[in-house]
Amino acid sequence: MHRSAKQETLTTLTVAAGLIWLMPMLIGTYTLTVLVIYGMLGLSLGLIWGFGGILCFGQAAFFGLGAYTYAIAAINIGESTLPMLLAVLVPAGFALLLGAMMFYGRLTDVYLGVITLVVTLILFKFINSTAAPHYKIGSARLGGFNGIPGFQTLNVPGDPDAYIWGDAYFYLCALTLVLVYLLVSWLLRSSFGRVALGIRENETRMSLMGYDVAARKTVLFAIGGGIAGLAGALFANWGEIVTPGLFSLGQSAEIIIWCIVGGLGTRFGPVLGAAGLAYMKFLLGQQSLVDNTLITGLILVLFVLFLPKGLLPALTQLWRASIGRSRFGRKPQNRRMRRSNHG
Amino acid sequence: MAETVLETRGLTMRFGGVVASNNVDFKLQSRELRCLIGPNGAGKSTFFKCVSGLLTPSEGHIYMRGQEVTGWQPHQIAALGVGIKTQTPNVMDALTVFENIWLAARRFHDVAEATARTDAMIARLALGPIARTDVGMLAHGERQRVELGLVAVGDPWLVLLDEPAAGMSAEDVARMSEIIHDLTRTAAVVIVEHDMQFIRAIAETVTVFHQGSVLMEDHVDRVMADATLRAVYLGKKG
Repeated sequence: MHRSAKQETLTTLTVAAGLIWLMPMLIGTYTLTVLVIYGMLGLSLGLIWGFGGILCFGQAAFFGLGAYTYAIAAINIGESTLPMLLAVLVPAGFALLLGAMMFYGRLTDVYLGVITLVVTLILFKFINSTAAPHYKIGSARLGGFNGIPGFQTLNVPGDPDAYIWGDAYFYLCALTLVLVYLLVSWLLRSSFGRVALGIRENETRMSLMGYDVAARKTVLFAIGGGIAGLAGALFANWGEIVTPGLFSLGQSAEIIIWCIVGGLGTRFGPVLGAAGLAYMKFLLGQQSLVDNTLITGLILVLFVLFLPKGLLPALTQLWRASIGRSRFGRKPQNRRMRRSNHG
Repeated sequence: MAETVLETRGLTMRFGGVVASNNVDFKLQSRELRCLIGPNGAGKSTFFKCVSGLLTPSEGHIYMRGQEVTGWQPHQIAALGVGIKTQTPNVMDALTVFENIWLAARRFHDVAEATARTDAMIARLALGPIARTDVGMLAHGERQRVELGLVAVGDPWLVLLDEPAAGMSAEDVARMSEIIHDLTRTAAVVIVEHDMQFIRAIAETVTVFHQGSVLMEDHVDRVMADATLRAVYLGKKG
């Protein structure tokens, strides 16, 4: 491993260990768990949008698919290990098919946004209309607007009676997020990640250099779908119920806002944006004076107007004194077009 | 015996009722440098885009080293070992000069080899002092040089350049001429260009396009001496 990569991994692990130790002293682990899960969901869109230039308006579709896949598989299998795997593979496979259709069909960004939005809407409407008893997969009834409750939650692999819950479940989710974060970091440092950045910047040029842009974007989209699916499965375990609301357009819009506020083109920004805004929503939900969606909208407008690059790039710009340790570093400069700071 | 690296037979491109490229037959031998000239709307760029895969011709065939590539995508053509530079600098603005060229090198080589070739290309193009600067921050001529680096770093056997000298200073044009001359040691080069001084400096044979068809194909001196062609295509006399 390159020295700067080792250093970065060490920094990530140190900061993560500090946060995992500190945060439960400030916020209850039940709330923290969902913040961590949302962080993973934010990271999934941050990866494909911030580093691949794919603005997906339907990331909630993969989140919901992951959650429903887990719930359905857990009811049928009665143990959580295989359902967890399926909850990653099914959304990733769905994203692969959808991505192939969109990217090989050479859809422009606007149509891509419309299609992902419509797919999410279709899933939302479909799941909502499955209340009748004949809508079932194996022994799992889809339940329509009531959702699916009462499935086997996460257990120690091979021991269905050894449930992982409470504080242990928080630590597991936090470690999973750290692992996913490190995997995303590794992916972005790899040639695949660098090519993705190139594609984000100029698809035509990358194509003229011999890269199959559609294939690369499809794979990146599927990886993002898989991560969102994993977040969905963890969410299902946290809530112990899955409902059509997971596929809602509101959920999709929130993920986009998390990324913008946290900092697009960074890895930690979407995690920070997701956790921060979700916690704010949680706090605002405890009062009835102001509607919390109004506050979320106001924050988005303020960020777009005054901090368009997002929170994390603004913070890192403040204290960045030295850069360019690696061959892929750059000289300090005023940037005209730069969106990514790899933070 | 020289190998035919690029050939088109009856290449035609229509945009609705407009025939932008009309039944073009074209041949290029290995290590040959050919300039395509003609007034605006003559069909040079359409021909260039068809050959580079950016447009799919309405009729006709394109062959590269004997293999039919008609209708192939740009990435498939580039993957054969064809370097393509478009009219305006087409680079990754938010990436550094090093990153830009490295990505091009990585397509054909492993990481270590790509890095070594990138360093060599940066030195060859005299881009060392700006290697870690974002390309979006560079002047037009520097961006043109960076794009030429992207094209050349993959050791192509066929290079397609659309107006490589456009908007460049005299110094940059001279450097560009040297680089293109270097390229012809290993590759055949097709250049779409308007700058006749630049063409005189680098080319021997030119192909003149007119209303989508090939009007004339001859040595640059004979083309320049043709009074009718000068009057019609170059817009000046004497």
